[in-house]
Amino acid sequence: MNVTIVDYQSGNISSVKNSFTEVAKDKVNLEVTSDVKKIKSSDKIVLPGQGSFKSCVDSLNQIKGLVDTLKEFAITNKKPLLGICVGLQMFADIGYEEAETRGLGWISGKVSKIDNQKGKFKLPHIGWNEIEIQKESKLFKGIKNKSHMYFVHSYEFIPEDKSVISAITDYSSKIVCSVEKNNLFGTQFHPEKSDRTGLKIIENFINL
Amino acid sequence: MLKNRIIPCLDVKDGRVVKGINFVELKDAGDPVEQAKIYSDSGADEICFLDITASNENRETIIEIVRKTAKECFVPLTVGGGVRTIQNITDLLLAGADKVSINTSAVKNVDFVNEASKKFGSQCIVVAIDAKKVSDNKWEVFTHGGRNKTGIDAIKFAKQVEENGAGEILLTSMDKDGTKSGYDVDLLKKITKSTNIPVIASGGVGTLDHLYDGIVKGGASAVLAASIFHYGEYKIKDAKEYLNSKNVSVRL
Repeated sequence: MNVTIVDYQSGNISSVKNSFTEVAKDKVNLEVTSDVKKIKSSDKIVLPGQGSFKSCVDSLNQIKGLVDTLKEFAITNKKPLLGICVGLQMFADIGYEEAETRGLGWISGKVSKIDNQKGKFKLPHIGWNEIEIQKESKLFKGIKNKSHMYFVHSYEFIPEDKSVISAITDYSSKIVCSVEKNNLFGTQFHPEKSDRTGLKIIENFINL
Repeated sequence: MLKNRIIPCLDVKDGRVVKGINFVELKDAGDPVEQAKIYSDSGADEICFLDITASNENRETIIEIVRKTAKECFVPLTVGGGVRTIQNITDLLLAGADKVSINTSAVKNVDFVNEASKKFGSQCIVVAIDAKKVSDNKWEVFTHGGRNKTGIDAIKFAKQVEENGAGEILLTSMDKDGTKSGYDVDLLKKITKSTNIPVIASGGVGTLDHLYDGIVKGGASAVLAASIFHYGEYKIKDAKEYLNSKNVSVRL
């Protein structure tokens, strides 16, 4: 099986690479690339994302044919894709970080700043928080409800259709921290930084 | 609910841990990779390396350590010490660091914080502030491990780095560092109240109660400590169980 981590020059993907390498061992052929040909022929895709919504979308658009290739992979061919952090946020129609920016539009909704209740809560939301699982998800196989995951973000994805939400976390409000819609998976937290529970999530994705 | 973080810090000099962990199971007490692994296996919420190598030429040594550690530890890794340029940050992140901590360079030129957070995202830019009390309710920023006075007000500077995109502040009290008499809670309180980004408390921990004070009285989001963990006085687990017993939420 070929798993591809999309390297589109947006932020630090070393940790994603390291954790997937740890889980994949020799079972899986892991590629880290922005080569659209390789992406097309892979079985699963990981879309990481760091920095702002706008900078990630801009970086994706800078690589010729990448957005179309991803769309064909995930939407037309319905093959498994995991978005992490801003990688998940980009599934939305629109984001408001830096400037109003159009997202990929794969799951209807918007990405806006976490309401920190006029400074009552610090932003970014950084650290370990519990996830409250909302629906059965293949990603959470063997993961206990209220497991801790590592977060670092100031913006949140608000999907229109609440049935896509697979987990939420409690901060200044209930924040969507994981979505699943058919073959599309996304986590706001960083499984690659979430110790053994995070590695288990990665393993679940690889084993889909 | 967001948990309060416990962060062990390892001082690294020329590739070796200076204040090593005194655990019997260690093969090599000076190996930072092995020590980081022990901390991460025992529940540390993050790992921090502080490179105190004096020379500039030795960047490659810390980078190699980060590279090896990142392959074995799957919790966030912060690296500080000698971060002066965008290239320094790029190198550390590529090696597997999740955050870098900037100290002297941020004081010299706060635009560097701005530039770095724009380029890499606020999530990976920590500004380390070393502060010393100069009079009642007044603290000043010091650089070069507390040797150089800058004349900059610590509280004003904290606000300034927040405005420039720092994701977190790592606040060390130079008066308390190494004394084992507890954090400078007044300083912490001032900084946590005047900024809206997470503050990591550092400098002075001698007992588990000090960790409690940093979080509950000082308002810190995370507590960093070195020697109480290194010498095996307390394990990370002890610290977490203690805090938990006092109703401070931690990741158990």
